[in-house]
Amino acid sequence: MRWEETVVEEATADKEDTSAPETVVQSSVPQPKDDFQEELVIRPLHSGDIYASFQFRTLWETDFMRGNKVSHYRLFPKSLGQVISKFSVRELHISFTQGYWRTMQWGQPFLPSPPGAELWVWFQDSVTDVDGTWKELTNVLSGIFCASLNFIDSTNTVQPSASFKPLGIGNVTDHRFLRYATLPREIVCTENLTPWKKLLPCGSKAGLAVLLKSEKLFHSSFHSQAVHIRPVCQDWQCKTTSWELRQTLNVVFDLHTPGQGKLEWSLFKMFSRTLTEACPLASSSKIYIDITDDPQGEQFEVSPATHLLSQAMVLGDRRTFSVYDLTQQITFGTVRSLNLLIRWKSSEGYIHYQPSKDRVRPHLLEMLVQLPPNSVTEVTVQFERALLKWTEYTPDPNHGFYVGSSVISSLVPSIVAMDTNSTREQPLFSSFFPCKEESSYFMRVYTEPLLVNLPTPDFSMPYNVICLTCTVVAVGYGSLYNLLTRSFQIEEPSPGLAKRIANIIRKMRGVPPL
Amino acid sequence: MKILTLLSLLATHLSASSVNIEENAGQFFSSGHTNNWAVLVCTSRFWFNYRHVANTLSVYRSVKRLGIPDSHIVLMLADDMACNHRNPKPATVFSHKNMELNVYGDDVEVDYRGYEVTVENFLRVLTGRLPPSTPRSKRLLSDDRSNILIYLTGHGGNGFLKFQDSEEISNVELADAFEQMWQKRRYNELLFIIDTCQGASMYERFYSPNLMALASSQVGEDSLSHQPDLAIGVHLMDRYTFYLLEFLEDIHPSSKANMNDLFKVCPKSQCVSTPGHRTDLFLRDPGSALITDFFGSVRKVEITMETINLTEPIQQVEQNFVNEERQKETYSYVDQLPVSEIIHQKPKQKDWHPPDGFILGLWTLILLVFFKTYGMKHLKHIF
Repeated sequence: MRWEETVVEEATADKEDTSAPETVVQSSVPQPKDDFQEELVIRPLHSGDIYASFQFRTLWETDFMRGNKVSHYRLFPKSLGQVISKFSVRELHISFTQGYWRTMQWGQPFLPSPPGAELWVWFQDSVTDVDGTWKELTNVLSGIFCASLNFIDSTNTVQPSASFKPLGIGNVTDHRFLRYATLPREIVCTENLTPWKKLLPCGSKAGLAVLLKSEKLFHSSFHSQAVHIRPVCQDWQCKTTSWELRQTLNVVFDLHTPGQGKLEWSLFKMFSRTLTEACPLASSSKIYIDITDDPQGEQFEVSPATHLLSQAMVLGDRRTFSVYDLTQQITFGTVRSLNLLIRWKSSEGYIHYQPSKDRVRPHLLEMLVQLPPNSVTEVTVQFERALLKWTEYTPDPNHGFYVGSSVISSLVPSIVAMDTNSTREQPLFSSFFPCKEESSYFMRVYTEPLLVNLPTPDFSMPYNVICLTCTVVAVGYGSLYNLLTRSFQIEEPSPGLAKRIANIIRKMRGVPPL
Repeated sequence: MKILTLLSLLATHLSASSVNIEENAGQFFSSGHTNNWAVLVCTSRFWFNYRHVANTLSVYRSVKRLGIPDSHIVLMLADDMACNHRNPKPATVFSHKNMELNVYGDDVEVDYRGYEVTVENFLRVLTGRLPPSTPRSKRLLSDDRSNILIYLTGHGGNGFLKFQDSEEISNVELADAFEQMWQKRRYNELLFIIDTCQGASMYERFYSPNLMALASSQVGEDSLSHQPDLAIGVHLMDRYTFYLLEFLEDIHPSSKANMNDLFKVCPKSQCVSTPGHRTDLFLRDPGSALITDFFGSVRKVEITMETINLTEPIQQVEQNFVNEERQKETYSYVDQLPVSEIIHQKPKQKDWHPPDGFILGLWTLILLVFFKTYGMKHLKHIF
């Protein structure tokens, strides 16, 4: 159809930057330019996990707010364009996150987000009923993203007065037009990823979005997808504005997921896909691998190797990246597919563990570790103590039980050259450990012992039980037995002494006694 | 004589019109629907009810495979099993114990999920009485030529179906909802399938025309689950839906299988319970109703040999204002944390509202008591 041909030729014309206009469109009026860029940043983290961040950006120089309704959408998704114009949105930020970002182990993310769903919107100052518009907007977004955003109402919406200033350009900062809501209970699953992928110009068919497979993305420690819409400067002079749509997806893959090789990461292992081409509609399609922590390639190596390097300031830190440009064919090489490999160069280690046997031997754990300089290494071991039999307790079990010290034996680099000649005259205190080489000395450190307070059984309990039981049995059974088996006979009491003498005299007389 | 001729004329006229009626009836009895909708509901929450979500998703999968698009399916899942933290394989829901078939797939759209699956929302979807801001994907926009498939699964009893362990829908409510749909002409024919314990009780009270119903068990019987998977740790599917899925996997869009085959799915030997069905309200013969009338979206296509000339492509409206406004002001980004501005901000004046009823009532009571005890003469001190 002629209509499609026109569009494709316009795209190539933009790329080659010629000014040969098509005869269909008036040459004096340039069509609104739209531009799509995609990138993927991979950063290996200190804990061995790997952080992948996808960003897809569409820029469109158009005006949703003016009178004539926008009707021709090319790269910008129509559903979001209609949302912007219908609800007079100035800025929209929505994110869906599963998991919590571990700052201590992973550093800072590029785009932070809270667990659950978060939505904050700046409306244009032409909106009269902000609360009503906000309610309708949340309903429409819940339909677009298949999420329960319709539960956002006045009970979980706030108007922050100090933070959440607009991230796009603009002068108006009246906080009456800002609404912020978060739904921490909201889950993210494939049903949210599917409509998010459909907003991309190439969908999930070409380019970096091919890697977004839900079975791998949700099998991760952290998953966050977001959509950010805001007006930005078109150029450095900033006289014209464009609408920017950014779709971001951050994911952290866990080192210890079963099936992952411990020391090797590749695109195929992370996403179960490799890349074959860039998105044809993208003006730039790049992969960045963060090699700041390992500039000389000592800790890990990346293959296939690339000579492109770039530096960027990220969160106050200058970081170095190796760049793979997917718009160039040589990146894919002869196999026509790109599978990046990041292999850690393992330092040889040694671990020896002998589990305990009750009443035979204790646990033994030995590890050979190479400590990086200026760092803190923590080793924790969890163990259980079996309950003792009642004869095995010491007379004072309330004191607790001792766990012995751990031992650290280490070879410490020495600044001063050590003396390897052990026969030379030297004081006793410096000649205990034999010294084999000059550059390091041997040292042994003991940790603190542990006194563990274990629950003590009540040793008086058997005695108490026996007493109580015997009493109950004796009183209860005993009285019952007596009642049943004893027979009672009436007995006259023995008379007093005077009466007895009188009875004897009477018996002698032959008269009945008293 | 005249009476006789009149009578004979009347008789012949009647017989002629009855032939016409039969022809019209013949046309009427082939399906007259133009679009298909499906409402698939899983009403159970919690991880051990994994099988109910798998049931619903397997029917969703079959219905999508046979042609009904996502825009015509309203899928309601009361809990999330795929991305549940207890799921050893995230983003998957399996139907068979060897993890052969992932019914969750890669392209799923859940319209109502989690706490949104309530009896009220279900009835609103059926009757169409939704708030105006509800998006299209959450509405059942059917008309009088729509064939609708409604599938419910969960825990049920004699005359009720439990929603999320906190409320129930009764068979009377359901029958009334269908009657409302009939009166508002929201369906042409409706197929109702329910897979719960004592499921047949749910269709006992139907009274609207053009309804056909299937249930997995009779009143007094329990529907049983199929098989557990030891890796996942729960039962994966219910028996009736498992054999229903097996049956539907053999159906393709051009299949001529009819409802009588559907009634034979899962006999007592396989299901342990006795599946039941109800066709007395259905005006056509069930043998003439195809499976794809409800499960698929078969469009009737007319091929034409006419040629149509396309008009010129639409031209972009000239945007003259772009040329005019060359001298615009320079924009700039806003300061993200303007400390001085924040500190010197005036606190927002709270709008004054007149005191509400309770305070007014309290003050009135106090005044009344005061004047009653001390008499009216004190009023003059005030006024």
